[in-house]
Amino acid sequence: MTKIKHHLTDQLLMGYAAGTLPEAFNLVVATHISMCDDCRAALAAYEAVGGEVIAEVDPIDVAEDALAATMALIETGAVKDVRPKLHKANGVFPAPLQEYVKGDIEGVKWRKIGGGVSQMILPTSKDASVRLLHIPAGAAIPDHGHRGTELTLVLQGAFVDEEDRFGAGDIEVANEDLNHTPVAEMGEDCICLAATDAPLKFHGLIPRIAQRFARI
Amino acid sequence: MLTNNQALVKADAAEILPPYSGLNMAVFRKSGAKTLTTEETTKRIAWVVQVNAVRDSKDKVAFAELFGFFAPRVKSFLMKSGASPDLAEECTQEVMSTLWNKAHMFDPTKASVSTWIFTIARNRKIDILRKQRRPEPEDLPWGPEPEPDQAEAIGLQQETQQLGDAIATLPPEQRKLIEKAYFGELSHSEIAAETGLPLGTIKSRIRLALERLRHVMK
Repeated sequence: MTKIKHHLTDQLLMGYAAGTLPEAFNLVVATHISMCDDCRAALAAYEAVGGEVIAEVDPIDVAEDALAATMALIETGAVKDVRPKLHKANGVFPAPLQEYVKGDIEGVKWRKIGGGVSQMILPTSKDASVRLLHIPAGAAIPDHGHRGTELTLVLQGAFVDEEDRFGAGDIEVANEDLNHTPVAEMGEDCICLAATDAPLKFHGLIPRIAQRFARI
Repeated sequence: MLTNNQALVKADAAEILPPYSGLNMAVFRKSGAKTLTTEETTKRIAWVVQVNAVRDSKDKVAFAELFGFFAPRVKSFLMKSGASPDLAEECTQEVMSTLWNKAHMFDPTKASVSTWIFTIARNRKIDILRKQRRPEPEDLPWGPEPEPDQAEAIGLQQETQQLGDAIATLPPEQRKLIEKAYFGELSHSEIAAETGLPLGTIKSRIRLALERLRHVMK
């Protein structure tokens, strides 16, 4: 894998460690961390912060029989672990993404949204949305700004915008202050995983009309 | 903050508990690492010894010690995160029973006991309070080794203690912001871009462990 240059922000790492991000963002973060050991290590550090917060919080008394009740839970085996481990996936998509697509890249149900670009919206909780985007080599996502935060993780190919070049594994974190026109590099179609917690602001009239149909 | 529980834990795990594989209080003392460790780090190592005792011999005394310290703090964390007292009590018991069931998964070279319990409590919180799926990164084939490297384990426990000390000495406002972020009172865009937390040593230790693992996987 090529060297990853654009990483998760500290805010996203802390939010993911704390467990307070919207599900759509969690998916992008988990997918990036599957590709990036730097961010995996940083996540471990932010989880350590959580451990210190919990160790230092003012304790609240548990029920008098809490220990006995817990031993009973252990003996009956009532608490089941519902989190199977995700083994490394073969294919273009890391395992957490494959869970949502229910397959690798060939399992994606693309829908055209104009300008040659296709998408598949993945089912998550409503506080944010996440989609796969297929941008043909050389094509562009129209010039847009952001009302909230937009995370764009490159899975295949690369795109270039006013900020930099983003290749496989790179993540761009865009806020209100960024207006950009991502263009897929020539050579290979670009596939991205993009999450937003507010609708994008397109600057052209045609994209604004198309936006109502694409729910982007 | 010091509590009775803490004093109890410190009352020498090496004497209360028989020796276990993995981290062993006696070996730790002899290794000379003591000159570098504070009482607080000793407490952390005692937690590791206790988790290993639960793993190796289903030691109920060791479990009760961990329970005494962590259960009231897990409950507090869950209540601050929005759980009612009843729900927090129920979840706390589930979290602590997971600690028992998964003691074999704990790896003292990668996390302190407080970090590990935090992740269990956080996952439970997401399941119960937020009722969301939580996508997890791909798992790596690195479980705890049968004989984890003592120096690695002690190093990580020390570094986590230093992190805890650093958080404790932050200006109150800054510390409050970090707590709020972990209790879910801040959205990610409200979290400060610069936390002022010394995370470098823990990051590099885990990063090196990942490099070693990637090397072995090749």
